[in-house]
Amino acid sequence: MNARIASIAYNTFREAVRDRVLYNLIAFALLLSAAAIFIGQISIEIERLVVINLGLTAVTLFGVVIAIFVGIGLVSKEIEKRTLYTVLSRPVRRWEFIVGKFFGLAGTLVVNTFFMAIGVFGALLYVAHRFSGADAAIFAALYFIILQFLIICAVALLFSSFSSPLLSAVFAFSLFVIGSFADDLRGFATLTHGLTRWIATGVAYLVPNFSSLNVVSAVAHQQPIAWQLILQNTFYALLYTVMALSGAVLIFDRRNLK
Amino acid sequence: MSSRKSTTWIAGTCLVVSMLGSVFLLKNTDRIRPGDIVDDALYISSAKLVRKASLGFNGLMACIYWTRTVQYFGHRHYNRERTYNELAPLLEITTALDPHLLPAYQFGASFLAPAPPNGAGQPERAVRLMQYGIEHNPANWRLYYDLGFVYYTELHDYKKAEEVFAKGSQVPDAHPFLKVLAADMATHAQDFNTARLLWSAAYESTKEATIRQNAVDHLRAIQVDEDVTNLQIAVTRFVQTNGRIPTSLWEVVSAEHWRGIPVDPDGNPYELSLDGQVLVANPDNFPFITMGVPPGYQPGPPKSHAKG
Repeated sequence: MNARIASIAYNTFREAVRDRVLYNLIAFALLLSAAAIFIGQISIEIERLVVINLGLTAVTLFGVVIAIFVGIGLVSKEIEKRTLYTVLSRPVRRWEFIVGKFFGLAGTLVVNTFFMAIGVFGALLYVAHRFSGADAAIFAALYFIILQFLIICAVALLFSSFSSPLLSAVFAFSLFVIGSFADDLRGFATLTHGLTRWIATGVAYLVPNFSSLNVVSAVAHQQPIAWQLILQNTFYALLYTVMALSGAVLIFDRRNLK
Repeated sequence: MSSRKSTTWIAGTCLVVSMLGSVFLLKNTDRIRPGDIVDDALYISSAKLVRKASLGFNGLMACIYWTRTVQYFGHRHYNRERTYNELAPLLEITTALDPHLLPAYQFGASFLAPAPPNGAGQPERAVRLMQYGIEHNPANWRLYYDLGFVYYTELHDYKKAEEVFAKGSQVPDAHPFLKVLAADMATHAQDFNTARLLWSAAYESTKEATIRQNAVDHLRAIQVDEDVTNLQIAVTRFVQTNGRIPTSLWEVVSAEHWRGIPVDPDGNPYELSLDGQVLVANPDNFPFITMGVPPGYQPGPPKSHAKG
């Protein structure tokens, strides 16, 4: 990573922290503590499952919300405050600006996920009193969640490179929802014929497949995650992220900023 | 007082008063609203729809539905309700959301199968639930045990129970008592000792306090049923010998050369009714007894006993 990208990424991270993005950790901590303490009293034999399911779901949803709402403002805010012109008047190329913003937001989300993961493991230790070897699969689930964040950050940046913040948020969130149904979309595509089938299959493969990146339930039941899946998902997320970032760079590079 | 201070004072007072007022109003509203309508509301009855709506977080949704099931059953059971209309759908949605959620099968069967007021009185649906559980968790011997249990205790289908216990005993790492139970079903299905063995196994095979408590309550009930059966035989023998109903159990004790009147698991002596029926002193303390209750007896709120 060149120094200019690193500098933009670092400042994006600092800005996110200054915008109190990490305050969500307080809500997360309260949610997990309450779940760990109260679920045992109102339900039967699912304390551990709830801590893992709720913890990892919350990590995902908090992160998705941050990725979308911070991501959509990364470009538009800079244009609105006119700070973008100051940045671009220096020897910074437009693609470096986009990539730097991406790494800054991704870094914020990784730090956020790191602290939430500590919370999940803390709550798990509280309800289960000890860790088992199978709990290591939680790391795989957290890794997949980070991969999801990379995709969403890139997608949010892609939309924000040509659209208004409100529409970008709607597009990015819709894509997250549609991506969660990616397996079903492929199922629907197989039910159609002719040109419709081609289009439906194309759409099904074009939207990000978040369902294969969601192993929360499996991990909660201490099912191991195959190395092949980890590798495949890693490559898939990286490719999708590069694809969305490339799109963002292409659009932003041609955008008239006057 | 400065303008800022007075604003703080007025706004703070408004905040506290309105908060207390809303809590008070909500408490009153809860008293007015019919509880059953709230309890019976199953907003989405399609497991598929709930699964889709969970956006892939079906594990968490299953936990929420399971907690709701426990609350639904617990609330109605405590109030001695005789209908559990939403119990089976709630369990079916829970297990469709997460087919590996084992507590939903284990407890679900014990909620669904027993006759009211101890359960929903739907043993067939309990069997379907357990079969679904076995289909998705074939390596879990506990599910075979629980299914056999329903066949034995509720449906009295000892042949099926034997088959299920035998099948469960073939699962790797299955508890050895499954083989014993399968053998007992074939020969002594209706013996008190078989029932005792089954509930002792239920007690020993779990650390979950609720299941253990249920097993203790059933073991106590088996003890009472066995005592009452034996005492009733002695009373019948007395009637045949003396041509009259004994005036008290002391006459039976004397005729049988016992040391004293047998006592129930709480230490209370059994009683004899005027028409020669052996009765338990406090039937409310034994929620699962099938003998020794006075005619027309209506059980009170559920109780549990820590000691077996």
